Amino acid sequence: MSLANHGTIFLRAAALSLLAVLGGGLAQACGGEDDSPPPTATSGASTPATAMASTPTPGLVPLRGEIVVFAASSLIDAFKAGAEVFETRHPGVKVTFNFASSSALATQINEGAPAGVFASADLAQMKNVIDKGAAAESTIFATNVPVLVTPAKGSAVTSFEDLAKPGVRLVLAGPEVPIGRYSRQVLDNASAAASGPGPDFGKRVLDNLKSNEANVRGVLAKVQLGEADAGIVYTTDAAIAGSDVKVIEIPLAWNVTAEYPIAILKDRPNAAAAEAWVEFLLSPDGQAVLREFGFGSPAP
Amino acid sequence: MIDSPRADRAATVTIAVLAVAFALFFVLPLAGLIVRAIEEESTWSLLKEPQVRQALGLSLWTSTVTVALTVVFGTPVAYILARGRFPGRAFLDALIDLPIVLPPTVAGVALLTAFGRRGIIGEPIEAWTGYAFSFTTTAVVMAQLLVAAPFYVRAAKSGFESMDPQVERVAYTLGASRVRTFFRITVPQAWPALLAGFVLCWARSMGELGATLIFAGNLEGKTQTMPLAIISAFEGSSLGLAGAIALSLILLVVAFLVLVVFRMAGRWARWT
Repeated sequence: MSLANHGTIFLRAAALSLLAVLGGGLAQACGGEDDSPPPTATSGASTPATAMASTPTPGLVPLRGEIVVFAASSLIDAFKAGAEVFETRHPGVKVTFNFASSSALATQINEGAPAGVFASADLAQMKNVIDKGAAAESTIFATNVPVLVTPAKGSAVTSFEDLAKPGVRLVLAGPEVPIGRYSRQVLDNASAAASGPGPDFGKRVLDNLKSNEANVRGVLAKVQLGEADAGIVYTTDAAIAGSDVKVIEIPLAWNVTAEYPIAILKDRPNAAAAEAWVEFLLSPDGQAVLREFGFGSPAP
Repeated sequence: MIDSPRADRAATVTIAVLAVAFALFFVLPLAGLIVRAIEEESTWSLLKEPQVRQALGLSLWTSTVTVALTVVFGTPVAYILARGRFPGRAFLDALIDLPIVLPPTVAGVALLTAFGRRGIIGEPIEAWTGYAFSFTTTAVVMAQLLVAAPFYVRAAKSGFESMDPQVERVAYTLGASRVRTFFRITVPQAWPALLAGFVLCWARSMGELGATLIFAGNLEGKTQTMPLAIISAFEGSSLGLAGAIALSLILLVVAFLVLVVFRMAGRWARWT
């Protein structure tokens, strides 16, 4: 009886897996047939000239396939919006993202992750990838500025100097994560300043550190939830949190500018589409999208 | 009907192929880890890093506390669920099963909504006492308890269920107290199940990551357990990828040792 039972179960499982395989194949076949719809008009914001420039030249084979973009967490919203614009211009192309801290992405890329493009939130992690031979060169495509955020109400922190007050629950990104590194640079700058909050300021602030978050959005979430009294994120992240958080500018003299490099990774399929994505980001239209989310343009 | 020997042989070959493929799937990742750890020259020096020692110490300490709390609080619950007939029993039963099927990240968010600084109980507690759970070692244990305790309760409950309640009744009629009966009759009878639940609970709490990251945060020496140290290393902390591999290897060895110890404990229980 049990044998018969097992037989049935086995048959059923086999049928199911067959179905799954067939289904997958079918879905793929359908995907393949999903040919490019006629190109539609692109975002109204762009001037006719730039729209012309980034439309594929007639006569050339239109771009198609998938581009896998590994991008810093702070780029989530801007890149998703950018991809929408990009995909209407290149209807055959699908942009797929993997967002995480640049340091995590660099590790993944160096271990052979199938990424086509790497957009890092700092030069250090880009160098990490270039040194391991995964990319040849990079271009700065955006800048960002760290800010202090606190929960909208009831935080013990009302100024940058308050970070050193005993009992403050501070959350930063890990020292290897770009925003975590920038945060510590800011603290170092403040400690070193002649007319600053004192040479032990950085140490006193780090004594209040409660968690090293994996990426900038982790810091933001802890502040939004009210678990942390303060955290350092990018201007662009603070903008997304809206009224959940209060933004406190870091004094200009101690602050740093985050530079975002982007690179096409070597020996990956669909390099043409990857190049088109990078070109789009550097184009006036791409820069306009990035600016919309609060990013700065690279210094010329 | 007589089955042909050929069909039998075909079945044997199929089973062997499937089994070997499946076994390889388990062996290869372990082999990869060990080979990489040996290749990386820094593995051995990394074992002496304070961050590694702190993470291992914290993991061992918090999982021990978790398992102890689970046994103290979970055993009565398991016993009640196995023996008792009371309203809401089915509900309690399902409730304790829930964390087993929930992703740990959900457990982390749920803990925040209850014990976080804006949580339904966390907020009043902080208002009265000034104490907040998040970012403390206590929070690490709470996260582990929520995700790991159900494995013990589940196993203990089925252990209690599988033994004949008649035996307990006989003990009572012979004049043994309830407590004495429980420790001298019930526990020894359910011992294999309890031990299995114990190991599962311990393993699950040693491996806890998602709920801890969300509820307890990630700070060396305070809330950074082994899995958090591994993911931090993988994400580029000063330990680097070599650190992630070294930490993984330590966790592997510790887990193996614990399994061996529990296997021996299981045998020992059968002999006595």
